[in-house]
Amino acid sequence: MTATKSRTMPLDSCEEIVHLRQTTRSWMAEQRFTLVEQTKMMTATSELARNAVVYGGGGSAKLELLEGSGRMGIRVVVEDQGPGIADIGQAMTDHFTSGQGMGLGLGGAKRLVDDFEIRSEPGKGTVVSITKWK
Amino acid sequence: MTIATSHRIADILTRHEQPILEAWLREQLVALSARQDLISEADLRRQSAEFLALFTSACRSGNITDITAPEWKQSCSNLGNVSRSRATQGFSPSETATFVFSLKQPFFSRLRQELGGDAAGLAEEMWNATVLLDKLGLYTTEVHQKAREEVIKLQQAEMLELSTPVVKLWDGIIALPLIGTLDSGRTNIMMENLLQSIVDTGSDIAIVDITGVPTVDTLVAQYLLKMVAAARLMGAECIICGIRPQIAQTMVHLGVEFGNVVTKASLADALAYAFRQIGCTVSKQTSRS
Ligand SMILES: Nc1ncnc2c1ncn2[C@@H]1O[C@H](COP(=O)(O)OP(=O)(O)O)[C@@H](O)[C@H]1O
Ligand SMILES: [Mg+2]
Repeated sequence: MTATKSRTMPLDSCEEIVHLRQTTRSWMAEQRFTLVEQTKMMTATSELARNAVVYGGGGSAKLELLEGSGRMGIRVVVEDQGPGIADIGQAMTDHFTSGQGMGLGLGGAKRLVDDFEIRSEPGKGTVVSITKWK
Repeated sequence: MTIATSHRIADILTRHEQPILEAWLREQLVALSARQDLISEADLRRQSAEFLALFTSACRSGNITDITAPEWKQSCSNLGNVSRSRATQGFSPSETATFVFSLKQPFFSRLRQELGGDAAGLAEEMWNATVLLDKLGLYTTEVHQKAREEVIKLQQAEMLELSTPVVKLWDGIIALPLIGTLDSGRTNIMMENLLQSIVDTGSDIAIVDITGVPTVDTLVAQYLLKMVAAARLMGAECIICGIRPQIAQTMVHLGVEFGNVVTKASLADALAYAFRQIGCTVSKQTSRS
């Protein structure tokens, strides 16, 4: 599996979340992902990006186009150097929020994509990676 | 960098402030000759004199390398004001940076005159002055950029207000067609507009059409639910329509539910429902020819 295209984008404001979402969409449209797949990936991306801004105090996102062994995919890795998540199980639980959200972002994002990985270290930050295969 | 060298610069500036100012003004007038519409000569003279005086006194502090230090605070804030006013007046970033960069020529020729006999000293001071003026020039560009961003944000805010119109569809029925991304700034305006229109028109039903919204993530869903709850408190029923198939599928996976909110596929369906609610019937006229 190799990345044929990659781009890193800052994530510090609402505008940058919108920009990341739009870029994800245009990369997927170029690769002829269906509208449903595009919308699911954009929505999952939006959830992670917002978490990085709201809870992580801002961060960055890496967008990658993957190709290999006869399939292709798109990956978004959202990263922040914020407080991290002490109890990932709890954070992933539907309706759990430590803020004013719906508590469906992490669980929802996982259900919307094919691969979902989360790593977090309290005091260090959080990295979430999501991939959609075609 | 020794204190002695920096004092040479300050000393030359202090002794020749007036002729340097005049030469600098001439440079600027040539560089900005096409922009006389944007700034008068009198304003330019005032700005330049002010900055040169602050610049000279900052150099006298002995620090001519670190413009973030306290002794440069006044110069930088003065320069910041010049850049901001130029940004809002429509000067380009390079025209704005010209303010500082055009000081090089008169300043350098003065250094040459004064230190001509001391080649090493001249080279050192030229270098010091170049580095310093380059830093200040870049600073004006940074401030200019930030000021332009502010202008764009303001314009966006104005557009947002324009782009969230509430329309009256019928006596007692209003609609809010949402188009574009829903960031927090905009949703507040939308909510205010909607609630005010409910009051102003005495409407019982408000239709929120999200056909033009590309993503409904949990934040957007939460806004919509808040809007419905607020409308309800005002005594109006909110109907959400225009949930496209891909959005519906996404919402199911997200786990977001609109619960007891009435949702309809299209604006037409929502309007038909609203008519039924207020006891209106719409029928085709039967032709009797
Ligand atoms: N990047 C992050 N940094 C720190 N904490 C996070 C991060 N992302 C999520 N969390 C924690 O996980 C919880 C659940 O997140 P999420 O499912 O997106 O719901 P919500 O954003 O509505 O709270 C958050 O309330 C927060 O406590
Ligand atoms: Mg969230």
